[in-house]
Amino acid sequence: MEAVNTHADHGHHDRGHDDHDHKPTGLKRWLMSTNHKDIGTMYLWFSFFMFIVGGIMALVIRSELFQPGLQIVKPEFFNSMTTYHGLIMVFGAIMPAFVGFANWLIPMQIGAADMAFPRMNNLSFWLLPPAAFLLIGAQFAPGGGAGVGWTLYAPLSTQAGPAMDLTIFAIHILGMSSIMGSINIITTLLNMRAPGMALMKMPMFCWTWLITAYLLVAVMPVLAGAVTMTLTDRHFGTHFFNAAGGGDPVLYQHIFWFFGHPEVYIIAIPAFGVVSQVIPAFSRKPLFGYASMVYATASIAILSFMVWAHHMYTAGMPVQAQLYFMYATVLIAVPTGVKVFNWVATMWRGSLTFETPMLFAIGFLFLFTLGGFTGLVLSITPVDVQLHDTYYVVAHFHYVMVAGALFSAFAGIYFWLPKWTGRMYDEKLGRIHFWLSLVFFNLTFFVQHFLGLAGMPRRIPDYALQFAEFNAISSVGAFGFGFSQLLFLYIVIKTITSGEKAPDRPWEGADSLEWTHLPSPAPFHSFVEPPVIK
Amino acid sequence: MRNLGVNKWIFAVASLLSSVAAWAEYNLNLQTPHTLLGQKIYDLHTIVTIICVIIFVGVFGFMFYAVFHHRKSVGHKAAQFHENTAVEVAWTLIPFVILIALAIPATGTLITMRDTTEADITIKATGYQWKWGYDYLKGEGASISFYSTLSTPRAQIDGDDVAGRQANPHYLLETDNNVVVPVGKKIRILTTAADVIHAWYVPALSVKQDAVPGFIRDTWFKAEQPGIYRGQCAELCGKQHGFMPIVVEVMTAEKYTAWVASQQTKAVAAKVDPDKNWTLAELKTQGEKVFGQNCAACHQATGMGVPGAFPALSGSKVVNGPQQDQIKLLLNGKQGTAMNSFKHLSDVELASVITYTRNSWSNHTGEAISSASIKAQR
Repeated sequence: MEAVNTHADHGHHDRGHDDHDHKPTGLKRWLMSTNHKDIGTMYLWFSFFMFIVGGIMALVIRSELFQPGLQIVKPEFFNSMTTYHGLIMVFGAIMPAFVGFANWLIPMQIGAADMAFPRMNNLSFWLLPPAAFLLIGAQFAPGGGAGVGWTLYAPLSTQAGPAMDLTIFAIHILGMSSIMGSINIITTLLNMRAPGMALMKMPMFCWTWLITAYLLVAVMPVLAGAVTMTLTDRHFGTHFFNAAGGGDPVLYQHIFWFFGHPEVYIIAIPAFGVVSQVIPAFSRKPLFGYASMVYATASIAILSFMVWAHHMYTAGMPVQAQLYFMYATVLIAVPTGVKVFNWVATMWRGSLTFETPMLFAIGFLFLFTLGGFTGLVLSITPVDVQLHDTYYVVAHFHYVMVAGALFSAFAGIYFWLPKWTGRMYDEKLGRIHFWLSLVFFNLTFFVQHFLGLAGMPRRIPDYALQFAEFNAISSVGAFGFGFSQLLFLYIVIKTITSGEKAPDRPWEGADSLEWTHLPSPAPFHSFVEPPVIK
Repeated sequence: MRNLGVNKWIFAVASLLSSVAAWAEYNLNLQTPHTLLGQKIYDLHTIVTIICVIIFVGVFGFMFYAVFHHRKSVGHKAAQFHENTAVEVAWTLIPFVILIALAIPATGTLITMRDTTEADITIKATGYQWKWGYDYLKGEGASISFYSTLSTPRAQIDGDDVAGRQANPHYLLETDNNVVVPVGKKIRILTTAADVIHAWYVPALSVKQDAVPGFIRDTWFKAEQPGIYRGQCAELCGKQHGFMPIVVEVMTAEKYTAWVASQQTKAVAAKVDPDKNWTLAELKTQGEKVFGQNCAACHQATGMGVPGAFPALSGSKVVNGPQQDQIKLLLNGKQGTAMNSFKHLSDVELASVITYTRNSWSNHTGEAISSASIKAQR
């Protein structure tokens, strides 16, 4: 099917005569890129690379935990693995993946030619490799990586070796990148929408990124502040987190989680956005409750600033504060519930098909909600005091981060791959990838709920014998999950090199501009002149 | 062929099920609580989980109904509705009401949990890298004081004695000195730490409280039955974080009184004459023990340390240099490194451990450090 004709896509119709489609070539195309599509591609490949690095670290952790006793690694190396697995997955894999989606999709979905600040966009991306270099290089610093946990709690972080300084600088750089990326996204969404594209007509994915970008701008500087205070405590004689000098170690936790809780939603909200595009497309039915979806997302974002201390119920605070944080936290279940209900209502009485993107979206919906419910269990302070810092928490956040954010990213990649590459992925292999991921994910993480309930603390390299069975199962699951992702890499490469040619609109129910107005693959320059939205 | 395949599957499923039956003895839920408050928390967890399961089944019941009945392959045509104010208001308000219903019992339990007043016995638990120190501050047994370190043999952990590990029901959850308390009394635990944050966690007694250096936090429990309850540090505190367990031994009142008496006799017997003149050999023997409990985790029993992370003491400039510098380092620690202050050790302990390091491995200073020189530098 040919793109719907508007005056916007002349770049498509007479491509040969049009210098808009001129692409730079060679290394320069990528190093100097100001093109949102190329930058989006680089973000996605970068995040996949980091996903593999973080994944290998996870497998080191799970290998050591396969059996009781210290078999493979030393405790300090184990601690370093848990630390950098967390940092790399959060800052190197998941966040850049969704920024990659934002770069590819936002201009196409709102009918803009590119991002508002293309050169800053280039810088946002190219700051990532040095940060990754520091995070990975920290392993080779004298004394090895900093085994302080991804939360970098003081005063353990003041005590750590030089790797800690590399980590702090990596976070500074990642923060700059995120802030620039967010400014770009906000400006693009607010100023560059095609005529007629009112805010309340934007695809849900754009809305979720508008809200996420505001969260990022608000909290990345807070994290930068926290790690800078750690840095000055380490080297310049300050005592922000040192009680002996009048500071307070718990102050670090307050600052960190004031960043950390919104960070959870920085990861989750774009995932909501992707799923909100995929589910209606394969239900052949408009998203149920679009307006309430926007309001629910905004409420979640606002509430996320007011609940940070629920990560610190055992750190010590007045009972009144604990009550407040418990009440505020359970409130988040209301807008989150609205979103889940809306997705189910979108599927209700639709005409459903189950291609790989839809499978991952349903997997997301089912397992993210499970993670949401364990979140509700954890929000109840007396129960959390039992479960805090145990494997129950580990299970909980992997349900929302892996089955939530990562599954949503997979859904998005399979969904948009035809538009990005002009080729279809192998549907059969895609489905196998989904089922393998689903089974092994649950094998890895479901049993961790039991470990946590029984009292196994997180971040320990060795454990009491009653935890042995579930740890062995979890380790087997982790290896299965890890190797399943190589299939994903194969599928993507196969699509790019030899996939069947994709139609302009391969999904019957997909109705945003990139599907209705642009060919597959999307031309290097799209919407040079804005489309008219009725 | 096909039949064989089916049989294989049946066999696989059957063996899976039988192993599920074998797992039944493993915990699938919180540990059985041994305090009244713990029972309340346990019930609260059960209620929240049941509510979650009911809602989960309900919501996904709808979703799976749609997945099976509203699919294109069975010829279902898509409806085009996309909002319904009544339904949307309902599914906003109903969860809100459910949450309020949950928050009410949670509030009561939380307030009880945080009421540490009117304790019968107060014990201060201090987290060190990597052991716990206990000081009985108030109530029967006040002034008892000891350290509690992991008693699982190193060989079981490192894999030199796997059989021993497998035969050890309390692997990693056993200490040289248990915290002993009487049954049925309200025990208030004050937590603090000497170096980094630790957390005092005993699941069966339903307590977990961070131990923050420079600050005092508190929690409490009242055990209903005598018994031994095991837990461990719950806040990442460095390399030996997984190896600092907490064992609470709850005794009847009479046995507790007897324990207190025995501890006090032991304390008197162990009291060393501060003016005693120790010989170098005596100091070395005593120092080796102190080294094993406090220093070997990083500097290693071989004195070789861990290259890049923890410096070797064998051949070290500090250990072979002026004794004042080494004493100062032990008393004050080294800012920005894992070397903490050890001033919580007694003068004799410090003197003996310094003597030990200065006369072991490749170090042969021949010096015996007197406890008086430690005292002078404090």
